[in-house]
Amino acid sequence: MAPDSSAAVPAPRPAAARAESSAMKRFARRRSTIAFLMTLPLILVIGGLVAWPAGYAIYLSMLNRRQTAFIGLENFDILLENETFQSVIWQSCFFAITAVLLKALVGFWLAHMLHHVPARGQKMWRGMLLVPWVIPPALSTLGWWWMFDPSYSSINYLINAIGFPSVPWLGEPWWARISVIIVNVWYGAPFFMIMYLAALKSVPDQLYEAAAIDGATGWQGLRHITLPMMQNIISITVLFSLIVTFANYDIVRVLTNGGPRDLTQVFASYAFQVGVLSGNIPRGAAVSLFMFPLLAIIAFFVLRGVNKRTKEMA
Amino acid sequence: MSATARPSEMVPGLGRRVGSLRSERRWALWTAYISLIIAAIVMLAPPLYMLLTSIKTSAEIANLEGNPWLVLAPTWENYAAIIGNPMFRGFFYNSIILTVCVVVITMVISVLAAFALARMKFFGSQVLATGVFLTYLVPDTLLFIPLYQIVGGLGLLNSIWGLVLVYPTLTVPFCTWIMIGYFASIPKELDEAALIDGANWMQMLTKIFIPVALPGIIAATIFAFTVSWAAFVYPTAFITRPDEMPLTIGVVSQLIRGDTFAWGQLMAGALIAALPPVVVYAFLMDYYIAGLTAGATKG
Repeated sequence: MAPDSSAAVPAPRPAAARAESSAMKRFARRRSTIAFLMTLPLILVIGGLVAWPAGYAIYLSMLNRRQTAFIGLENFDILLENETFQSVIWQSCFFAITAVLLKALVGFWLAHMLHHVPARGQKMWRGMLLVPWVIPPALSTLGWWWMFDPSYSSINYLINAIGFPSVPWLGEPWWARISVIIVNVWYGAPFFMIMYLAALKSVPDQLYEAAAIDGATGWQGLRHITLPMMQNIISITVLFSLIVTFANYDIVRVLTNGGPRDLTQVFASYAFQVGVLSGNIPRGAAVSLFMFPLLAIIAFFVLRGVNKRTKEMA
Repeated sequence: MSATARPSEMVPGLGRRVGSLRSERRWALWTAYISLIIAAIVMLAPPLYMLLTSIKTSAEIANLEGNPWLVLAPTWENYAAIIGNPMFRGFFYNSIILTVCVVVITMVISVLAAFALARMKFFGSQVLATGVFLTYLVPDTLLFIPLYQIVGGLGLLNSIWGLVLVYPTLTVPFCTWIMIGYFASIPKELDEAALIDGANWMQMLTKIFIPVALPGIIAATIFAFTVSWAAFVYPTAFITRPDEMPLTIGVVSQLIRGDTFAWGQLMAGALIAALPPVVVYAFLMDYYIAGLTAGATKG
């Protein structure tokens, strides 16, 4: 495309040069003003509703409960010594890492299986498998909650039918943790599937044909062609999902509401409980700020991956 | 096997190779179908069970004897009851107003900004583009407490206008980001031609960029719609009065009261609330998926 344009532009120059260049100059002079006006609403949203609140959160977290006195890092101190909060840190990390790994594995597997199916049926399967991602999670979690209900559980009915005892899904801490992860994987795996499927389709078929001619097995093809070609998209998706899962609120809120005994609380739900429900806004802000360092590190790597990808595509 | 795989080899060797490939393919296809069937059952079971519950009578739901996955006496009474409930209709109405406002605001902000960022290189444009992406990575659960204070300070707690104010933080960054990608892929020759014909920037945007990038605009609109319809953290934090609640929090908090849940009505309500995004998805699946994948493949 580039050589075309460079060939086409010089041609009309002698005739229209003067008029065109002055028109261009006029545009250039007004360009930055127009550009600034066009981006102003965006700057207001980012500055006023993201950057400013983020800074304000840091200030808030250093106030006392009534927001009358500055108490430095005391809120953070109290939180770190609090046993419930220690379990919140542990549970958040456990939940996010397990759920993201499972989502990535399930998503990768499904994308691979979809890729094998003839193109005509692919659309139908893809349509069905993406349904969990489309339903607002707060609402689909209600359905899961009902399926986990201690006395009416339809999942336990199926488990009993094949001869196993009922599972106390939301009553027992470990089962409650697993339930939250199951729902999160159910909701998020389709997203991974769709991203990986798009990436799989972009790997040229010739690579696999060449490998097959050289006698490579399917596993070797996966290991030496698919994974290296998808490396970037895999890392971006995993890191991105890590942020979203780490900060998840709706599934925990609807399914367990933090229980039993606050053992399934994650940062977001605990911040909500402390900050909004118990009315200790500064300490709630401190709880949610604990997410920040981890998110900043992940965001750094995402940005690096995206930049690398942009350069590859250019 | 690798010895016989060379194309210059005799015909019998080639034949055997093709046969083994075919059986390998058949096996791969079988594995694929079995995995997909299992996955489809798991993925569709919860919404299906919600549907089954919503068409059962209360007596049948409370009956512990039978198979919960079967419906003996299907009924529409739960749907009639939930649609007849003025509070639920209020939730729906609030959700519609809220979503329409947020989608319009989002698209205006992000199309204008993406056009400027993709085409007019100006002081700080690169920083701003990176900033947009970083903002997309900031989760709502990090911001809801300071925003609670700010929205409260403006006197907009317990009002859907407070939500109209804060929802753009969920939608604008991603929409701007994918619109930058779509706009940047439009060939420069088009705007040069427009400039030579004497078009100004606004005409260039409305006559060239918006029509050419229409698939991107549809994808971004669908994204903004689904996100604001499904948003949960902000309404849960900012709204406590039932008459100002949108659907998500309304269904979750108001339809569950006391110890005896009206499960049939609850599931009917949740399904009706989930219907608009599902319908949009059913009709515009390709755009939906394009929007989903654009964020990572364009950037």
